[in-house]
Amino acid sequence: MSTFQFELVSPEKTLFSGQVEQVVVPGLDGEFTVLPGHAPFTTALRPGIAFVVESKNNATRIVIKGGFADINEKGLTILADGGAPIEEISIESITQEIIHSETLRIAAKTDVERTAADAHISQLKELKNILEK
Amino acid sequence: MPSLKDLRNRITSVKATQKITKAMQMVAAAKLRRAQLAAEAARPYAERMETVLAGLTANASADSAPVLMTGRGADKVHLLVVCTAERGLCGGFNSSIARLARDKANELISQGKTVKILCVGKKGFEQLKRNFEKHIVDVIEFRSVKQIGFPQAELVTSRVLEMFEAQEFDIATIFYSRFRSVIAQIPTEKRIIPLDMDQAGPKLDVEYEPDEATILEKIVPRNLTVQIYRALLENAASEMGAKMSAMDSATRNAGEMAKKYTQQYNRSRQAMITKELIEIISGAEAL
Repeated sequence: MSTFQFELVSPEKTLFSGQVEQVVVPGLDGEFTVLPGHAPFTTALRPGIAFVVESKNNATRIVIKGGFADINEKGLTILADGGAPIEEISIESITQEIIHSETLRIAAKTDVERTAADAHISQLKELKNILEK
Repeated sequence: MPSLKDLRNRITSVKATQKITKAMQMVAAAKLRRAQLAAEAARPYAERMETVLAGLTANASADSAPVLMTGRGADKVHLLVVCTAERGLCGGFNSSIARLARDKANELISQGKTVKILCVGKKGFEQLKRNFEKHIVDVIEFRSVKQIGFPQAELVTSRVLEMFEAQEFDIATIFYSRFRSVIAQIPTEKRIIPLDMDQAGPKLDVEYEPDEATILEKIVPRNLTVQIYRALLENAASEMGAKMSAMDSATRNAGEMAKKYTQQYNRSRQAMITKELIEIISGAEAL
């Protein structure tokens, strides 16, 4: 089967880079599958799981905390706000992170810190809901 | 002429200082490597972001572009975001950034503009408050942060955005030090609001979901964070580079000083022995 170039980058590091057969991406208006030769397309993403098929027997799931996807003739690029392979993320760790962020939110002194914390918490909660399904 | 004991004490203290500076240099070298790795890891994201944004701006119509990107068309109030280090002992690193910001602020004030300063990092605040105390609107410190990460950049961005939305400024410029090499860090200013686009990409036939304006609205603040993140990372690497070379020359200076004192110590010790011998010999001769 033909393949295309797929790159998944977060601000802090590159999470995936290589040839793949197909990728299921959690778009803002619903999930969509990218196959080789997809039409040029740019969309915002919601938190969720990207399902990456490298070859018939080799697929990985990568958790994405929102971001953008860009498809052009060169391939698919996902600019994720954050993320990790699904094995590295557990519901407990996210729950922990939510609790941690909530304590930070309470300890926050300025409005700026508070709004930043709020955004972070809502993102985490959404992700937790998805993982629990 | 200092006594032998004084000299001995001085030599020990210089050598102790030398050990400390040597250790600091090595720590800085290790941290520099880490900072460089972080900067490298952040590059792909920033590059992809630029491509996507270039494509978007080429396609979006001018009136749908967010104000953050095009600006409000006014340039009355300038916000200077001055990024410096939290700690000193890194040569001219902090001063050169502060100087650049100071020159810019003076220039803007002489043009009759209003200047507001947001300090990121304690050292810049300490240097700027002498002349611009009433211009400084806020100070963000990362004293307790071990390594600069994306959340820190988000914090700075949210503060900047909050001020922009409250119409507290029209144009924002960020000041940081670009990392060229261990011995060369270049203080740099960069306009972040409105967006300083190098060139618009070619017009592409791309579909957008939900639509260009919505995506732009989301991606432009994100891009701002990326720019600030990049500046902070460059700054961190520059700081460590500057600290490394400052500590290197401090170690060398301490070595030279210790050598000089040791020579002086040996010479005066020898002189004393000679003097004592002469006294004994001349005493024996007198008998």
